[in-house]
Amino acid sequence: MALINQRVEVPVIVDESKCLEKCTACIEVCPLDVLAKNPETGKAYMKYDECWFCLPCEKECPTNAITVQIPFLLR
Amino acid sequence: MSFQFDTQRIKTDVLVIGGGTAGTMAAIKAKQANPDAAVLILEKANIRRSGAIAMGMDGVNTAVIPGFSTPEQYVREVTIANDGIVNQKAVLQTGQLGFETIQELERWGVRFQKDPQGNYDVKQVHRVGKYVLPMPEGKDLKQILTRQVKRHKVIVTNRVMATRVLVSDRRAIGAVGFDVRNGNFVVIQAKAVILCTGACGRLGLPASGYLYGTYENPTNAGDGYSMAFHAGAELANLECFQINPLIKDYNGPACAYVAGPFGAYTANAEGNRFINCDYWSGQMMLEVWKELNSGKGPIQLTMTHLDDDTIAEIESVLWANERPSRERFHQGRSENYRTHGVEMNISEIGLCSGHSASGVWVNERAETSIPGLYAAGDMANVPHNYMIGAFVYGRVAGINAIDYIQNLDHLEPDADALEAERQRIYQPLNQPNGIPHTQVEYKLRRLVNDYLQPPKSGNKMEIGLNHFVRYQETLDQMEAADPHELMRCMEVHFIRDCAEMAARASLYRRESRWGLYHYRLDYPEKNQEEWFCHVHLKRSGSGEMELFKRSIEPYIIEVDLQREVYDVAVK
Ligand SMILES: Cc1cc2nc3c(=O)[nH]c(=O)nc-3n(C[C@H](O)[C@H](O)[C@H](O)COP(=O)(O)OP(=O)(O)OC[C@H]3O[C@@H](n4cnc5c(N)ncnc54)[C@H](O)[C@@H]3O)c2cc1C
Ligand code: SF4
Ligand code: SF4
Repeated sequence: MALINQRVEVPVIVDESKCLEKCTACIEVCPLDVLAKNPETGKAYMKYDECWFCLPCEKECPTNAITVQIPFLLR
Repeated sequence: MSFQFDTQRIKTDVLVIGGGTAGTMAAIKAKQANPDAAVLILEKANIRRSGAIAMGMDGVNTAVIPGFSTPEQYVREVTIANDGIVNQKAVLQTGQLGFETIQELERWGVRFQKDPQGNYDVKQVHRVGKYVLPMPEGKDLKQILTRQVKRHKVIVTNRVMATRVLVSDRRAIGAVGFDVRNGNFVVIQAKAVILCTGACGRLGLPASGYLYGTYENPTNAGDGYSMAFHAGAELANLECFQINPLIKDYNGPACAYVAGPFGAYTANAEGNRFINCDYWSGQMMLEVWKELNSGKGPIQLTMTHLDDDTIAEIESVLWANERPSRERFHQGRSENYRTHGVEMNISEIGLCSGHSASGVWVNERAETSIPGLYAAGDMANVPHNYMIGAFVYGRVAGINAIDYIQNLDHLEPDADALEAERQRIYQPLNQPNGIPHTQVEYKLRRLVNDYLQPPKSGNKMEIGLNHFVRYQETLDQMEAADPHELMRCMEVHFIRDCAEMAARASLYRRESRWGLYHYRLDYPEKNQEEWFCHVHLKRSGSGEMELFKRSIEPYIIEVDLQREVYDVAVK
């Protein structure tokens, strides 16, 4: 089978300047487990576009680094 | 990429699968009943913020509170709303134990709305009777439950997804699953298993096309329905779909239960009311469907006539609880309740007994038809059970499971069965050029929309059924790149099972019932003579889906179904 990677706009935006390297709060609470740390930068990012726009990640972030947008297809 | 996974073996007395509303309560109650018993919650996400109430709830939909209503009135109302197809004893539990549950939650720190005199401020949303208790400060529900889980010394394993219940000697003896982060294979031996995995919320495809833009928390993909089926348990009334009237595109509740008591109402494009009750029922959904197809649509929740303070109060509830991102959805479209109605639409289909009546069969003791296997919450067949019903059945299941395991020993699972399940789970990792699970899921759920979204027709559903049966071959070609994607692949298996079950049950019941939930164009009338019964489904000896009728349990509270018809149309 031939496969390609397609680009999508993801709903969760992380302000890297505010994200703490030692913190994993958002990653721990996400019910869909779609957030992860970028191993190179130590910053959180949305790894999978599978978001219920439910907001625990945003609520639990100690530095307000996260903004959840309504996913583009619904917006 | 090549993967190496370990096997982790765990032993516990009681295993709770799914630590949401019902699951956390089941585990706490089991520990209260016997503090020495080992009780384990296995959770696919993290119990702190998982499931339907991840961001709390803005109200109790089915609270029977002394002075406002009685358990008998509640049973009568649910019996009528569900067109008579109920086990009244099971519904009565929710009516009788709900108040105790609310009081216990209150002791734990959950806040319910009270009037200035300190009485519960119960509102009328149902056709008859007051059952809605607002929770304007309900946002921390899940953290409060998590605190109690810890306090009661329940063991919690987060980020492990169960895939099968283990059965031996015709009793449930544990479960199998895998860690969705490190991929390890997990085998749990237990003396009793309580399934609390929520609704099948990822069955139909939302009109937006976004796989996760569902009404239900999309992590609830019908896992428990499928696991119960494969364990040999009976499921009931799967043709009674869940379909909700939701904010168009956003696909969440608007929410008339919050705004209705303040004076909001649902109207057509001409500004006229067409339903006289905003409580969600199949009959109400049929009126919505008719209105949308009459030329008088679209429909909207109207609040523009309310004063500014009232709207601000409604907003303060809706923006903080349950689905708080409603606020940014409206803002993004420059819409405001003061100037705009909320455009509403009909949701995709799902299976859920919390909202309608499709679930794994249980009796009033939360027992399924397999000894040692219990079910509670949205996946357990107690009609219109909502959040309080999930808590009540969590309690009942936890207490009865502790009773059941006395003098029971663990049984060793069958090695061949474990190996077969290991192969099934990891197969998508071994085909790097397979079809991405996202496409496989999209097409499956699009087919669900095409062939199962009501109004239903026999010919259409036969074609759909054919697709769902053949889809097994497509599932075998799915690929996953990591344990996270493996979780999604296993969910697609659950969704396929649910689609086939929903099609078979809908074809079997040759009449129309529950308004839009089971509206068949080829059998448009209700047929009490032949179909005043439950439709059950289970796995036959050869592994096929077998359907049969089950008579309605004798009523314990008299209801005259001839006279009392659930009708919410504005005449
Ligand atoms: C948007 C929305 C609004 C609602 N509003 C109201 C309301 O206002 N009032 C009211 O009374 N009711 C309301 N309800 C209904 C109520 O929330 C549910 O009936 C109730 O919470 C269901 O509880 P549950 O335990 O069955 O499911 P959940 O609380 O969703 O728990 C299911 C748990 O199982 C886990 N899980 C799933 N599959 C697996 C697996 N394979 N392995 C391990 N874990 C798994 C999930 O992660 C989750 O934690 C609402 C529901 C929704 C979705
Ligand atoms: S909004 Fe919800 S699903 Fe989306 S990333 Fe945040 S916690 Fe996860
Ligand atoms: S919670 Fe905030 S600070 Fe912590 S990892 Fe996530 S984005 Fe970074």
